[in-house]
Amino acid sequence: MDTFNLLMGGFESALTPINLLFAFAGVVLGTAVGVLPGIGPAMAVALLLPLTFGMETSSALIMFAGIYYGGMYGGSTTSILLNTPGESATVITAIEGHKMAKAGRASQALATAAIGSFVAGTIGTALLVTVTPIVVKFAVSLGAPSYFAIMVLSLITVTAVLGSSKIRGFAALGLGLAIGLVGMDPVSGQKRLTFGFAPLIDGIDIVVVAVAIFAIGEALWIAAHLRRTPAHTIPVGTPWMGKEDWKRSWKPWLRGTAFGFPFGALPAGGAEVPTFLSYVTEKKLSKHPEEFGHGAIEGVAGPEAANNASAAGTLTPMLALGLPTNATAAVMLAFLTMKGIQPGPFLFENEPDLVWALIASLFIGNTLLLLINLPLAPLWAKLLKIPRPYLYAGILFFATLGAFSVNMQVADLWILLLIGLLGFALRRFGLPVLPLILGVIIGPMAEEQLRKTFQLSSGSVSGIWSEPLAVGIYVLIAVLLVLPAVITYIRRSRGRHDVVAEAVLGEVADQPKHKAGVSGTTADDDERENS
Amino acid sequence: MSIVVGYIPSPEGEAALERAIKESTARQARLIVVNSSKGDQLVDDRLIDAKQHHDLEARLTESGVDFWIQRQTQGIDAADQILQVAEAQRAELIVIGLRKRTPMGKFIMGSVAQRVLLQAGCPVLSLKATNDW
Repeated sequence: MDTFNLLMGGFESALTPINLLFAFAGVVLGTAVGVLPGIGPAMAVALLLPLTFGMETSSALIMFAGIYYGGMYGGSTTSILLNTPGESATVITAIEGHKMAKAGRASQALATAAIGSFVAGTIGTALLVTVTPIVVKFAVSLGAPSYFAIMVLSLITVTAVLGSSKIRGFAALGLGLAIGLVGMDPVSGQKRLTFGFAPLIDGIDIVVVAVAIFAIGEALWIAAHLRRTPAHTIPVGTPWMGKEDWKRSWKPWLRGTAFGFPFGALPAGGAEVPTFLSYVTEKKLSKHPEEFGHGAIEGVAGPEAANNASAAGTLTPMLALGLPTNATAAVMLAFLTMKGIQPGPFLFENEPDLVWALIASLFIGNTLLLLINLPLAPLWAKLLKIPRPYLYAGILFFATLGAFSVNMQVADLWILLLIGLLGFALRRFGLPVLPLILGVIIGPMAEEQLRKTFQLSSGSVSGIWSEPLAVGIYVLIAVLLVLPAVITYIRRSRGRHDVVAEAVLGEVADQPKHKAGVSGTTADDDERENS
Repeated sequence: MSIVVGYIPSPEGEAALERAIKESTARQARLIVVNSSKGDQLVDDRLIDAKQHHDLEARLTESGVDFWIQRQTQGIDAADQILQVAEAQRAELIVIGLRKRTPMGKFIMGSVAQRVLLQAGCPVLSLKATNDW
């Protein structure tokens, strides 16, 4: 049990008082940003990046892990109480959760979400411990061509398969790759896209890009949409569950975990698909299908578990391959690079203490989250009363301070502002943010692998498909790109619709109708949320 | 002539509304109920929702006064809203409820009541939630 010993070693370093303190700070902060719609864990981590320069790498990573998991817990609280999903992964939770809250069962909804998240997070992290070393063993044997192919796969899936509009996804990806290209060519030393502007020669710092896109872009976007009719709080007591609730919740928790982890662990990622699948499954399997759409506890328990399990799963490609598949993981990876740690399959070999301390802290963070969320849920809901101008002014201030502190050069502030405006434009025109940030982070890594490939094949293009695995992945990419079109074509020719998907989507579309009667709250400007 | 009352669903707001109804009945004046929220918070319990609006309407109808409910969901803050409505209506009286606030709390949060008291062009009647003597 080598893995077990390593994990215990990880616990040893994660349980030191100082690291426990950072884990606690992380989960508190994570829950807070999760609760507040519009501020996600990715923004929080990006804003904290400059603060971590002087910190121990493991402590900072432990704090980020807490924020990452905490964001998931907090997001469900807002979804349930306010019907404003704080995170894209909790959109499905809002469907049933908010109905439950309106029916006076907010406590049970919050409880099943928190306990389900805990169960799924713990199982997911345990799976992470078992799966990741296997993936690492496999990944170490990968050559540059296969590696490049996997990166292309993850970029394509995140861009084309998960998003709603392919053109917008690819536009965002292109922008990201272009930003990633800025600076000196790593092989030839040629200046690229610098326009004779000296500070650009070193490339644009990833911290500046992350802060600009997540903090400045989002803050400007919210500022442009500040006005919205406030909702009323739904009174909640301490979350608790009755015997019947437990009976109806435990199976969806486990099924949700089973959906969530594999989807998260794929280098395609995304929590939206597994939460959706879990919801549809629970609806089919439930003994009370009539309750769905009116506050069924299964519809909260399943997707919430799926969402947290996929959060754990996402860390598998991040730690084993150095491939982030969601925004928070991307920023965490940027942090590792910034600290001079090479992410990728050799991370486990080179930095075992760091990795295992991180994994151990995930278990600890998850437990802490259950402890602070279950009794304190009503308190978290109070965060929603913070006047938003104060909040966003604070974010802008810290974003500027942070971006400046990276290199202490004024040019960074201009770049920050420019990319921040780009981030605003992305949201304005409905372009997803995730492909852009992944393009910035994975782009240079993929370039490195591509250059290696060409060096190995002495410049011949055929080097790209010189490994069987790479060929397999390219076939997979082709299938992924062509399949949706084929399915649409077949369906159109048969004139049939997917009944299940339509039933669920119909309910989502119904949402505003039910709400309009109460206070006229319809402007869901937070729907464009990015995880 | 008319009377403007700042109303929020709280003991202070209720006290102000009750007194304003009495005043407008006595003076045969039109009662304008102002309820507003700046709309900068995601959750604001001070803004009345549809049900509360309905209840308020029923209550005012029952009292027999001529009334108008001004519910502002976003934009300006409560003090400005009250003062604007009062000026536009040439109000003869503004009624507001006061709540207890520590000097420090007032320093940080400011005071809607203080601004109404200082800037209003007509008499302002301010009252607490309960009479202590």
